[in-house]
Amino acid sequence: MSQLLIAVALMLLLALLLGAILGYASVRFRVKADPLVDKIDAILPQTQCGQCSHPGCRPYAEALAAGSDDINKCPPGGEDGIRKLAELLGVEFKPFGADAPQPKAKAVALIDEATCIGCTLCIQACPVDAILGAAKQMHTVIASECTGCELCLAPCPVDCIRMIPPGSELTNWKWRYPTIPIRNVSSGATR
Amino acid sequence: MMPLFDFPGGIHPPENKAQSSATPIRQAPLPPQLHVALRQSMGNAARPCVAIGDRVAKGQLIASADGRLSAAVHAPTSGVVSAIAPQPFAHPSGLPELAITLDSDGEERWIERQPLHDWQQRSGAKIRDFLAQMGIVGLGGAVFPSHLKLGLKLGVSPLETLVINGAECEPYISCDDRLMRERADAICDGIAVTRHALQARQVLIGIEDNKPQAIAAMQAAAAAHGFGVVAVPTKYPSGGAKQLIRILTGKAIPHGVRATEHGVQCFNVATVYAIGRAVLHGEPLISRIVTLTGAVEAAANVEALIGTPLDQLLALVRPHRDSHEVVMGGPLMGFTLPDLAAGLTKAGNCLLVKSPALFPPRPPAQACIRCGDCASACPVSLQPMDLFWFAKAKNFDKAQQWQLFDCIECGACSYVCPSQIPLVDYYRFAKSEIWAAERDKNAANLARQRHEFRQFRLQRDKAEKAQRLADKAAQAAARQAASHSAAANVAPASDPKQAAIAAAMARAAAQREAAPLPEQHSSGLNDAKQAAIAAAMARAAARKAAADEAKAASGQPPAPPPSSSGLDDAKQAAIAAAMARAAARKAAADQARANQQPDP
Amino acid sequence: MTAIHSTHIAKPATVSTVMLKVLAALLPGIALSVYCHGVGVLLQLLLASLTALAAEAAMLRLRGVAVLPALKDLSAIVTAWLLALSLPPLGGWWMIVVATLFAIIVAKQLYGGLGNNPFNPAMAGFALMVVSFPAQMAQWGSPQLPLDAAAQWQWIFLHTLPAGSVPDAISSATPLDVLKTGLRQGQALAGLLPQSSAQGLIALGWLAGGLWLWQQKLIPWQTPLAMLAGLLALALPLWLWQPAQYASPLLHLLQGGTLLAAAFIVTDPVSGASTPRGRLIFGFGVGLLTYVIRVFGNFPDGIAFAVLLMNMTVPLLDQYTRPAVFGHRKGRS
Ligand code: SF4
Ligand code: SF4
Ligand code: SF4
Ligand code: SF4
Repeated sequence: MSQLLIAVALMLLLALLLGAILGYASVRFRVKADPLVDKIDAILPQTQCGQCSHPGCRPYAEALAAGSDDINKCPPGGEDGIRKLAELLGVEFKPFGADAPQPKAKAVALIDEATCIGCTLCIQACPVDAILGAAKQMHTVIASECTGCELCLAPCPVDCIRMIPPGSELTNWKWRYPTIPIRNVSSGATR
Repeated sequence: MMPLFDFPGGIHPPENKAQSSATPIRQAPLPPQLHVALRQSMGNAARPCVAIGDRVAKGQLIASADGRLSAAVHAPTSGVVSAIAPQPFAHPSGLPELAITLDSDGEERWIERQPLHDWQQRSGAKIRDFLAQMGIVGLGGAVFPSHLKLGLKLGVSPLETLVINGAECEPYISCDDRLMRERADAICDGIAVTRHALQARQVLIGIEDNKPQAIAAMQAAAAAHGFGVVAVPTKYPSGGAKQLIRILTGKAIPHGVRATEHGVQCFNVATVYAIGRAVLHGEPLISRIVTLTGAVEAAANVEALIGTPLDQLLALVRPHRDSHEVVMGGPLMGFTLPDLAAGLTKAGNCLLVKSPALFPPRPPAQACIRCGDCASACPVSLQPMDLFWFAKAKNFDKAQQWQLFDCIECGACSYVCPSQIPLVDYYRFAKSEIWAAERDKNAANLARQRHEFRQFRLQRDKAEKAQRLADKAAQAAARQAASHSAAANVAPASDPKQAAIAAAMARAAAQREAAPLPEQHSSGLNDAKQAAIAAAMARAAARKAAADEAKAASGQPPAPPPSSSGLDDAKQAAIAAAMARAAARKAAADQARANQQPDP
Repeated sequence: MTAIHSTHIAKPATVSTVMLKVLAALLPGIALSVYCHGVGVLLQLLLASLTALAAEAAMLRLRGVAVLPALKDLSAIVTAWLLALSLPPLGGWWMIVVATLFAIIVAKQLYGGLGNNPFNPAMAGFALMVVSFPAQMAQWGSPQLPLDAAAQWQWIFLHTLPAGSVPDAISSATPLDVLKTGLRQGQALAGLLPQSSAQGLIALGWLAGGLWLWQQKLIPWQTPLAMLAGLLALALPLWLWQPAQYASPLLHLLQGGTLLAAAFIVTDPVSGASTPRGRLIFGFGVGLLTYVIRVFGNFPDGIAFAVLLMNMTVPLLDQYTRPAVFGHRKGRS
């Protein structure tokens, strides 16, 4: 009888001890994880274009975190972005919907300064305050700050804003991917 | 004999230097037209400070440095500026770059040269500024502005060792060899200036032992100055700055660490020669020695003006009929020139003409067999086959973990690879992708910050406006009450009519208050446009209203403005943004919630 | 579609020349093997080569990869020869064919072809045969057979012998096998030692080839030496402790293809470790495991299993034995 009690007591003691160690460790070594929304937001391209039908990237991130929206809604992020979201959220990759907006090359807005009437509507539309100007003054886009969201295009009453793809420059030139060494049979046969 | 150290890896490709090193340096003829590119160093292109049609003298400043890593550009000869326009540029991208086209007048008329005769009394900082004005950059290939390398910030001062790089390890190239043979004294003068600027304790000149004549000449010249000339074993890439420092001093300096932090600095012989010419003779960097070799009749070293069109230089040595492309730099680290109309740049140490006979094309790449030859050839002990694997799979995180950025792109691994894999090309590809991703990331962060600040700003403006309106309404009410009583006293008969008019006026005023601008400018627009504007405004108003509602519902007071005045000041805005980020985030969330309901 | 190389010059070595040199290095051993075992060896080599080429070509076609360039790298022939030299010289023709097919199709091409196979194909083929046909695999013709060439060919293809020849000559087991069964039955070691030095002679051939490859810088010294060291690390102390129970280290070195493996099999770059320290560990592991399997395991020779087991550790070995990068204190993992 006493043996049984001793055994039970020992087990209890051990359980308490291990529990205490585990509890201590969980407090002591707690990893302060980014909240999920921040992690999602870090993947989103921050174009703030609203094409995901959310008023900006962060609201979309919140919707994703809450599970109330799909991961294939952000065209500026491209398929790469979807892939990263899929990995982070542990879901399947999903291509862009066929009738949904498709990704396109990034461009930067340019205001035709001769036509601009200085109505400030584009300033109000720009989600990142990348347009400079004042009432009745010519407006201009700070190219380095423009995210290419195209939100300023629609409100402009005189249609003087165009999207210009950024030119190739030495500062953003990239080495290309070296030719893939494996050839398929047919091209191998013709050589 | 001082002890020498070894660096890991390395290769022994056939040297092929004799073709060009046999004959003395020739002066290249003055070309009728020069294209002086404005991007002559790492960093920004220089800013032109002459106009089209200006007559310039040889050595006159024609473009000034723009930013830290930029280098000044001088007129290589006297003549007239005939164009400032994008021109073909010696760069693997083939992208044109802004260049100043100079029509030479054949007079070679110098500006008044102002040497720094009393350099021995001058401080290092003064010499540094002088060299910056003279546009001196590293001539070994990296074209890093030299004056920056003379700055001793973070470094051990005075410097332990000044290493002079005369190794010239890449096959075919012999411009430094000839320079050392023929102008050893001038080089040593330049070293003396550099040493003075750096306050270096000792000077070691490292020369590969396959250049006995250069070693002898340098020894003779250096003896008077007390510089050590060291013959180092021939092994590529002993001419890499960090490799040579390792050989001579035993110090292995990792990537991302400046040599000065270890008390060493390294200059190329051609660079110190240019420093000497600048300080002692007042000549800015307007010419350099170029090796013209490869599939040519008479390989040679010529001293050519910066900006000389490359095809004219090549014509001097008569390329073989079957030559098909030209490489700038050596066969291991050079790049194929996309356009030979480009002008010579300060980086152009060698033009290597390729022909299929001399440089047979490599067979198609095969799979990596993990033979490890590349790893034993790598001078920085990387595992090139792993890096290749990661770069090929675009697994850039892993590549960085495997220290991709320690790779000096020396090409030793590509040279030995039995599977003929273009390894260096994969590393360059991976590096530029990583840089691009970095740029995107920074841009996204900037956009996020600006967007958050904007959210905050809108909230704050609204709060201010509401406050103002409330104040005004209170005032108006008070006034109206007063006038009312007065009016009641004067004309009590027209009371209901007047009240109606007053109310209409107040409404109009409130409307103007709410949307002060658009209506004023929209005169003269067609109906459709106006409708669009109205719609846009209506949308904005709806959004605002919804947000207000949400705000009211959540009972969250709008974030108080941290400072109401300094808005336009960028710095203050940034600080404000940082301070208000949390508040703005919350506001954005609220707005989002509000927007989800009314918006489709 | 030429790959544009940023490196404009290259060492003349190609995969084909490397493989060709490996084949050349096998020649002295092959010659000695023919001398000891008869021309059956050559037939096995031929059968293996043809099978390997056919299997490789078929697989490359199926995978949609250009056939000729990949065939020309000769790696299939190297696998075939190593397999042919590991199997009994007088084994039936189907044995070498099955082993080679397995090696090329399953162990090499299904993993993605040259450079992508985690396991040594030759050893995978060998292991398959040992597991599936242990009896046949144990029959090494006794050296200096009384059989002439025609008789050997007849045996290999038809499994029959010309009238009047001694069947014993065919069925004699390998020395290692003899040793194992003998020891199990409690016989004294001394009486079991092999009578002829044929195996030792052939081993010297492999040794010569290996040394030449090393001199040509085609194989590193780390793997072979570490393998032999690993083998001796167990063989020597045990033999010193109980010479009657455990065979001499010399026997372990010279028998059962130890040197063939040291020079040509553990040095296979694709499936082996590729860092210097990794190679030392890899080789040592193969040596240790070989001895353990040989002496305490169920199979007469353990090299194939040892190699395959160590192949599995290679990714980890390569990751954790990366040398410190220039100027950095330690390779970060
Ligand atoms: S679609 Fe536009 S607003 Fe939505 S997450 Fe993508 S970039 Fe941001
Ligand atoms: S919306 Fe158009 S017209 Fe109005 S300020 Fe912007 S660019 Fe000018
Ligand atoms: S040298 Fe070539 S084949 Fe050998 S391991 Fe390196 S990349 Fe692979
Ligand atoms: S190119 Fe890079 S990886 Fe290749 S050998 Fe040179 S430093 Fe090493």
